Amino acid sequence: MSAYVLAMAGLKVLILEAGRAYDPLRETPMFQLPKDAPLRAGGTPDKPFGFYDATVDGGWRVPGEPYTSDDGVDFKWWRARMVGGRTNHWGRISLRMGPYDFRPKSRDGLGFDWPIGYEDLAPYYDRTEALIGVYGSNEGLENTPDSPNSTLLPPPKGRIHELLLKKACDGIGVPVIPAHRAVLSRRQDAALASRICHPDNPRAARILAASMGNRQACFWATECGRGCSIRANFQSPTVLLPPALATGNVDIVTDAMVREVTVDPSGRATGVHYIDKRTRSDRHAAARVVVLAASGCESARILLNSMGSSFPNGLANGSGKVGKYLMDTIGAGIGGQIPALENAPPHNDDGASGIHMYMPWWLYQEQLAGKLDFPRGYHVEPSGGRGMPGAGEFDGLEDFTNGAYGRKFKEECRRYYGTFVYLAGRGEMIPNEDCYCDIDPEVVDQWGIPVLRFHWKWADYELNQARHMQKAFAEMIEAMGGRVSGTVETDGGKAIAKPGEIIHEVGTTAMGLSPDTSVLNQYCQSWEVPNLFVTDGGPFVSNADKNPTLTILALAWRSCDYLVDQMKMGAIG
Amino acid sequence: MNDDRPGLDRREALKRMAAAAATAAVVPTSDLKGQSQPPAKSPPAHTAGPRGTPSDPDLVRPVIPWPRLLTAGELQTVAALCDVILPADERSPSASTVGIPAYINEYVSAPYDAQRRELVQIRGGLAWLNTESEKRFGQPFVGLTSAHKHEICDDICYLPNARPELGSPARFFARFRDLTATGYYTTEAGMKDLRYLGNIARPSWDGPPPEVLRHVGLS
Repeated sequence: MSAYVLAMAGLKVLILEAGRAYDPLRETPMFQLPKDAPLRAGGTPDKPFGFYDATVDGGWRVPGEPYTSDDGVDFKWWRARMVGGRTNHWGRISLRMGPYDFRPKSRDGLGFDWPIGYEDLAPYYDRTEALIGVYGSNEGLENTPDSPNSTLLPPPKGRIHELLLKKACDGIGVPVIPAHRAVLSRRQDAALASRICHPDNPRAARILAASMGNRQACFWATECGRGCSIRANFQSPTVLLPPALATGNVDIVTDAMVREVTVDPSGRATGVHYIDKRTRSDRHAAARVVVLAASGCESARILLNSMGSSFPNGLANGSGKVGKYLMDTIGAGIGGQIPALENAPPHNDDGASGIHMYMPWWLYQEQLAGKLDFPRGYHVEPSGGRGMPGAGEFDGLEDFTNGAYGRKFKEECRRYYGTFVYLAGRGEMIPNEDCYCDIDPEVVDQWGIPVLRFHWKWADYELNQARHMQKAFAEMIEAMGGRVSGTVETDGGKAIAKPGEIIHEVGTTAMGLSPDTSVLNQYCQSWEVPNLFVTDGGPFVSNADKNPTLTILALAWRSCDYLVDQMKMGAIG
Repeated sequence: MNDDRPGLDRREALKRMAAAAATAAVVPTSDLKGQSQPPAKSPPAHTAGPRGTPSDPDLVRPVIPWPRLLTAGELQTVAALCDVILPADERSPSASTVGIPAYINEYVSAPYDAQRRELVQIRGGLAWLNTESEKRFGQPFVGLTSAHKHEICDDICYLPNARPELGSPARFFARFRDLTATGYYTTEAGMKDLRYLGNIARPSWDGPPPEVLRHVGLS
């Protein structure tokens, strides 16, 4: 996003990408069947989200690029080594943070407040949604902001399991509403959207409109996680990079693994050192301004590895906060089987691949009144339906069929297909002193770059929330007339996903009001190195239950607008 | 507003990426330090994919690179057991006729820790099945009558009901049934059997049809 905004503003941008070139138009396996892939396209250590997942050279491990964890900690760090990085692999769930989410400490005394409020970021949410294309509805719910009707794309109707869930949850006071996702449910109004994105820059608007014109609307088939060769969902290589490159202002160097930021004697950034992976040689790229957008943890790693005599603890780290307050999203879930869906008439249930509907957090007032034993909220992402049968489709069905096999088993598969739902909770943790990453003093990767070491400890806030999810989701499944699968955990520690597993790591280069307590100012600019910015998840001060990508994009846009102004004023660069 | 032909920006993007290494303001570190060695040879402009490695396979034209490990004899037993689990009926063919033994061979031969463990379990289970068949009926599993096959399978088809000494065979059977079902219901024949109607481009999404809403009482 940063490269896009800067290039549109007329700046020359060099993108250093640690992975390879990637072309979703050519490489996306649209319509390919599980039976044609190894292991029926099921997950492996090489392709943990399944064979057809877009991620290149990544997942929980990258060949030759390890990371470590404290004893007893199993932090999971998802990476991708490809142009567009992790924008190629995500659920496209695009929820705005709400007004409460920028002022969490003011509300409950925990964590930190952001140096900006919702009103500061709202204009950039508007633009970002206009640019990338987001479907959804406006419900006017508490701390669940509406979007401009002019650019919000129509939400797809709910699938049958989502509609059943809504009916059940209506009865227990839980809202089930259309989700916001970065998928074109219809083509964008390119003229309108491009003007909203670039009201004062006709050339940028023209370039963007042309690029938008090449995007097709969703044709309601194939998984978003594979990428999208018709550019119907948001991923950087199909949505941001084509217009950025069309400006003539952007160059991309791939296979370039940045290891440190260089500075001059006055403390200004002069560029970066990187390893050219193809020749295994060290190279330097000079720059007037350096923007790190390598993902929260990777950018922290670069800063911590950028050591000099006057900054022995890493660059831009006078506060000592680089790598600190690492947060992920709390994840816990429960599945169930819904008898009402048995033997349903066959119908195409693919939809937009991801969720059409979800449940935003609904207990703000109960929480404020002290009725819950955890301070922050979560939302619920339901899945289910008659999706394309895949690896593990009927694993464990014997518990429903008393071990049927033969003709009876075939009948049971027909009966149970499409009747399972899974409710995934996604909740907010509180940043704490025990969750952070630093440089492992003993381990380097194959490029000779010291690696990250992760430290983690959940607090009761998180474990209690995970326990609440278990109980609440079991009630929802029962309200659907369903049978809960497995155990409803009363021990939050057993229910909660591993740290990092939800792939929302943020907070490692937090912004704030003071250089003593934060790494960046409100524009994601280093307090200490004025021509150094970080525009990934690192600047997050808290990690609201809202999935972070949309906010990363909006923050990056805001930061880059500021960067451009500062350069025009001659303050930096 | 759209004055680009479709795909033009993509070609332009690729062209620019190809040109990137030549135009970027990058130099070998050795030059920065004033050393006299010549600049490093320019590498290829960019590394396109896929490279065909395990973590960067060709997603559009998949290949299954590992050798298969089950013997011809084991595969006969696999085929016989697959067909006991998913026989032909009026709606769909039997498992062995749509390649499920080959899938199970592919699965247990995969070079990952989980599958290596399962290879032992599956092989052990197949061997047990033949031993048990010999003990009870004097010939290997593939030679048994349907009734005799069922007699054995009835004893191991559900772990909670299995006699304690049959725990391992019951676990084998459960896993084998899972693998058979995965293999089968991911074939065209299996998807058709389930009446899976997706994976096809359509102009609009209209939500569940009225008969589905009626089925669940939402009409």
